[in-house]
Amino acid sequence: MSLTRRKFLGWVGAAGAGAVIGKNASASTTEHFKGYPNSFAVLHDITLCVGCRSCEAACNKVNELPPPDRPFTDLSVLNERRRTTAKAYTVVNRFQNRKSPQHPVFAKKQCNHCLEPACASACFVRAFRKTPEGPVVYDPSVCVGCRYCMVACPFGIPAYEYDNAFSPKVMKCTMCYPRVMKGQLPGCVEACPREALTFGKRKDVLEIARQRIHDNPGRYLNHIYGETEMGGASWLYISGAPYQEIGMREDLGVTPAPELTSGALSVVPMVVGLWPVLLTGIYAITQRKEKVAAEEKAAAVAEAVEKSESSARQALSDALNKAHKEALKEKDAAVQQAVKKALAEAASSKAEEAAH
Amino acid sequence: MTRNTSTNHSLLTPFNLVAGAILIIGAGITVLRFTRGLGAVTHLSNDNPWGIWIGFDLLCGVALAAGGYVTSAAVYIFGMKRYHSAVRPAILTGFLGYAMVVLALNYDVGRPWRLPYPFVVQQGTTSLLFEVGACVALYLTVLFIEFSPAALEWLGLKRARNLVTRLTMLLTIFGVVLSTLHQSSLGALYLIAPSKLHPLWYSPYLPVYFFVSSIVAGLSMVLFESTLAHHYFGDRMDAAHIEENTGVTLGFAKAASLVLAGYFTIKVIGLAMDDNWRYLTTGYGVWFLVELLGFVAFPCFLYAVGVRDKNIRLIRWTAVLTVVGIMLNRLNVSLIAFNWQLPSSERYFPSWMEIMISVFVVTIGILIYRFIVTRMPILYEHPDYPSSH
Repeated sequence: MSLTRRKFLGWVGAAGAGAVIGKNASASTTEHFKGYPNSFAVLHDITLCVGCRSCEAACNKVNELPPPDRPFTDLSVLNERRRTTAKAYTVVNRFQNRKSPQHPVFAKKQCNHCLEPACASACFVRAFRKTPEGPVVYDPSVCVGCRYCMVACPFGIPAYEYDNAFSPKVMKCTMCYPRVMKGQLPGCVEACPREALTFGKRKDVLEIARQRIHDNPGRYLNHIYGETEMGGASWLYISGAPYQEIGMREDLGVTPAPELTSGALSVVPMVVGLWPVLLTGIYAITQRKEKVAAEEKAAAVAEAVEKSESSARQALSDALNKAHKEALKEKDAAVQQAVKKALAEAASSKAEEAAH
Repeated sequence: MTRNTSTNHSLLTPFNLVAGAILIIGAGITVLRFTRGLGAVTHLSNDNPWGIWIGFDLLCGVALAAGGYVTSAAVYIFGMKRYHSAVRPAILTGFLGYAMVVLALNYDVGRPWRLPYPFVVQQGTTSLLFEVGACVALYLTVLFIEFSPAALEWLGLKRARNLVTRLTMLLTIFGVVLSTLHQSSLGALYLIAPSKLHPLWYSPYLPVYFFVSSIVAGLSMVLFESTLAHHYFGDRMDAAHIEENTGVTLGFAKAASLVLAGYFTIKVIGLAMDDNWRYLTTGYGVWFLVELLGFVAFPCFLYAVGVRDKNIRLIRWTAVLTVVGIMLNRLNVSLIAFNWQLPSSERYFPSWMEIMISVFVVTIGILIYRFIVTRMPILYEHPDYPSSH
């Protein structure tokens, strides 16, 4: 399985823009990415969690987060539903247990470190990166603070330092990437007194989850949350209570986030390539139409001019002919009149002569 | 009124007083925003990372600034030269619209001084936001160049002006390509969050919806702005502008009616493709129908009637209705139908300071518009440069 075949080149960050769009968009491969081989994962066995908040305290300490509003020993915070914040990468919530109401269910929440993360796909400056070891890490030195990662995350995990005016950062669990790289366990896993958290290679951890479900069919639902949700994650959960009832959405589907936008991205090069052709074509057609229209108009005008000129000539010559004829007629009439008059004068002079 | 302000006789008009007050309050909130952080002035939260500075200033702003590419494409590419007098006002409002969008973005992002990072440091090309950013930055430049002949005529720089006008066709085509891309990408931004946006508004066709409705928005904004310009800057218009205006109004209304009909059709197709009919009987469904019937189908009909009866008044009111409808759509996608599954206590409602900054930004745009149209040849042709097409 070579790296270049994988669809998630965008956030591996090794490829150029063209290759990224091409790979993501063309769907020329049907290969399904199942995660980096040998990457790490954590299994959260929700049936073992007792809501002691040790993981929260350990997380706060190893990540050097600001002190909490209320101490980690104060379990009254469990009365309200909480989410991750800029001050808390992980929180434990208490839920009512429908099957046995006297035993509430506790579930830990933190970044699920998706195999193909929505945040990394959405970031326009590649501040997020899925490491081959499993953790999804964030680089605050390039972050612009657009918060599109927070819009994109289906689990509602990234938080923002809204009160920091000059260097606000997106805050989220790092799966203790620096510790993992040193061979240490993530802070929360190390602190859990109930071993509700198991760290290991993802394939091994998945095996453990399957084994537990197989061995205790009455205790667990046959669903490893995170195995396929949004394309799969590096945090896996097994539970006896339906996930929907303990604040975990079951309607997210199995489509990895990058695939949701790859179609729209694939249109970009097509628009860039074809729009100018189409628009220039339309321009050429309108230009030609105008030219043809102008030519036709010119021809029509010439014809009309020609026609009117010839008819004018005709009319002129008709008029001239008529005038000529009339002149002749008048001339004839004048001549006859003159002759008549002359004859009459001659006759009258003759008569006068005869009378004398 | 406008004459007065430009001759400094009575600066204390009601408009100037209100604008002045808005500028002072806006400046105060600006100081607060950049010294105390986003948390001090907004109601943004971890669940609601985008508020009205994205929903209104960015999404509505870009859609309503579409008049620039729509008008220049109609006149220069589709050869509708009868509408030539509409180009400059549309380009100017488009340019100012985009400039105000970018100004508002500086308030919204956490570290605005890093806005060039996606282009100069490292490129997140798998992000739709990268596409939006790249296209908006490029298109703002295109609009600036397209607008510049008016400024150059005003400044008397004949040579430079003639050089720029020779680029008209190239710039128009480039502008249409860029507009197609980022208008659609603004809708595509939400493709990554099917679990957060209500199914009636979420659709794989979101980018197409945003692009097609931007054409409607552009046409309607040209009609709306020309109404306002006639009212307030009528004395700045030349005979050609006033004569062509009826033709522009009827032509644009006809186009808007047609495109709205197409938009309505593809919205219904989307509804059918995802088989979302069952949601129509819910509260969100009623709201969806209000948008679809009241602000898409109804103005489509009104525009058609207005064109048939040559009823300019009706067309102008329909333009207002359509613009409101486009804004409603953008706010539905970005805020109202977004995070619809969260309990109401965790939903977002803007703070008065967020609203004030949006008003502040719009006011700056209007003031710059007024400065320019009272000085530069926008609503009339410069006598030295008669129509050269």
